[in-house]
Amino acid sequence: MSVIECNDVSIRYITGDLKAIGLKEFVVRKLSGNYHVEEFWADRHINFKLEKGEMLGIIGSNGAGKSTILKAISQILLPVEGTIKVNGTIAALLELTSGFDEDMTVKENAYLRGAMLGYTRQFMDERYREIIQFAELEKFEDYQFKQLSSGMRSRLAFSIACLVDPDVLILDEVLSVGDGAFREKSGNKMREILKKGITAILVSHSISQVRELCDKILWLDHGKQIAFGSDVEKLCDAYEEFLQTMKIPQSQADIDKLAADFKIRKEKEVKEQTSELRKMMGTVPEDEAYRAAIGFLKEKFPETLRDIDKLRD
Amino acid sequence: MRISNKIKKGIRKAKSYKFLFEELVQRDFNQKYKRTILGMGWSILSPLLHLLVMKIVFTQFFGRGKNSLYYTTYLFSGNIMMSFYKEATKNGMSSLFKERRILQKINVPKYLFLLSKNVSAFVNFMLTLVVFFIFCFFDKIKFGPHMLMILYPISTLLIMNIGIGMILSALYVFFRDIQYLYDVFLTLLGYLSAIFYHVEDFNNVMIQRAFLLNPVYVMIKYVRVVVMECTIPSIEYHVLCAFYALFYLAIGLWIYKRYNHEFVYYL
Repeated sequence: MSVIECNDVSIRYITGDLKAIGLKEFVVRKLSGNYHVEEFWADRHINFKLEKGEMLGIIGSNGAGKSTILKAISQILLPVEGTIKVNGTIAALLELTSGFDEDMTVKENAYLRGAMLGYTRQFMDERYREIIQFAELEKFEDYQFKQLSSGMRSRLAFSIACLVDPDVLILDEVLSVGDGAFREKSGNKMREILKKGITAILVSHSISQVRELCDKILWLDHGKQIAFGSDVEKLCDAYEEFLQTMKIPQSQADIDKLAADFKIRKEKEVKEQTSELRKMMGTVPEDEAYRAAIGFLKEKFPETLRDIDKLRD
Repeated sequence: MRISNKIKKGIRKAKSYKFLFEELVQRDFNQKYKRTILGMGWSILSPLLHLLVMKIVFTQFFGRGKNSLYYTTYLFSGNIMMSFYKEATKNGMSSLFKERRILQKINVPKYLFLLSKNVSAFVNFMLTLVVFFIFCFFDKIKFGPHMLMILYPISTLLIMNIGIGMILSALYVFFRDIQYLYDVFLTLLGYLSAIFYHVEDFNNVMIQRAFLLNPVYVMIKYVRVVVMECTIPSIEYHVLCAFYALFYLAIGLWIYKRYNHEFVYYL
């Protein structure tokens, strides 16, 4: 039995005049025939199945309908067509720093947030110490929330959210919380949770994260399902190539071609970079070459180099 | 096995909702009382000041209350019921919209936010009720077991507040300017609820009857009959109070059920 089953799901948003117009304006526009509502399909005919223990990565550029499908899975939105079946409890791990009360203490806010996430009081009593320690806020427990920095806020939000023990976990752009040290810690925590064999859905703009963590890929573009499959490498390759060319693949063959193009381009890039690096190293004395090389790498691979900087410090 | 699992999950869910409800009530309580220097004292002082102003204005300037017994109690009873209604519905109105960030991301039962606002308005009302009884005592009102009957209109008002709060909070999500329109409406309602005048002053029976269309007036009248006349109102009053409470609650529930998944588009 699948844990999540999306059958031909379509979700419609309503936009246009309805938002932020008042009742007076509404009546006037309605009477004068100037009231326009537009329907907008955020997701169209989405199909996928997820088995227990699998991790799905949803990729796609902004406005692809990623967050919308997540909202439908967590039952905040109802699909207009199609069905979504979920077997088990869902928890969304949100790095949601709004919704806290500025005048309440850190402890009170932690309990309130825990309650909103569906924990019980007993559970919060048991785990509260752990939350505060993980968020590194032991000294700030009785501070009012408005006295916290934004980094502290997001650390607290993350620490409460990651205590979850659901059947399905939804991760929407959460793997980049706080400063460098905390980011690493939160990343490790995430991997630990995922190792327990939880079924999860990850939405991330970091394609390398998706490559590392996911076993299935759902690729969306402007609400359309471009691809769904378990060939993570090929789909990610194709997606990265798509980000360069911006040509939406129409068929499986297109995807294969994109992935192949990506391989070729990467190889070429590596070659170019190697030769450029060689040139630099060849012409100058040794430590200058070393510095030049580091500078070059920093420019090309800022993510990797950040960790190296930390090691050196 | 399956069924027992479902029951277990149900119990867990109920527990977590109870927890959320308690936390929300506590938060609203803090917001209300902790942030002012006077704290709870203000809840008692505020209706007293209102009463003082009204009493002075209507007895000294408009010459009312000369030929009516217990005018202070008359004013006060109308006042506290009206402020309970106003506070509960006004706070309820913004309860959903204020939590939009949460509601966009987490699937929590929306009515809990409204209920907690109603609890805090109710607690506030009970505090003023204590002050009311002290004034009744000074006004030489006769106390007795019949006084317990005022719990009936209070509970119907409580239920009606929840219902109207549901309707308003839903409307507020769709139309943000409802708060200004509702303020105007509340002013009108205040004048139409016979808080400082007597309905019997109108000679036309039809006008007197028309007051029964105002649910808040009906409930105020019930309290006054019990407190000032030491009698229990007719069965028609009971039916009318219950009808208004359940009518608005039913509409509120229907709206919440019907639009539960549509709110999120507008938040």
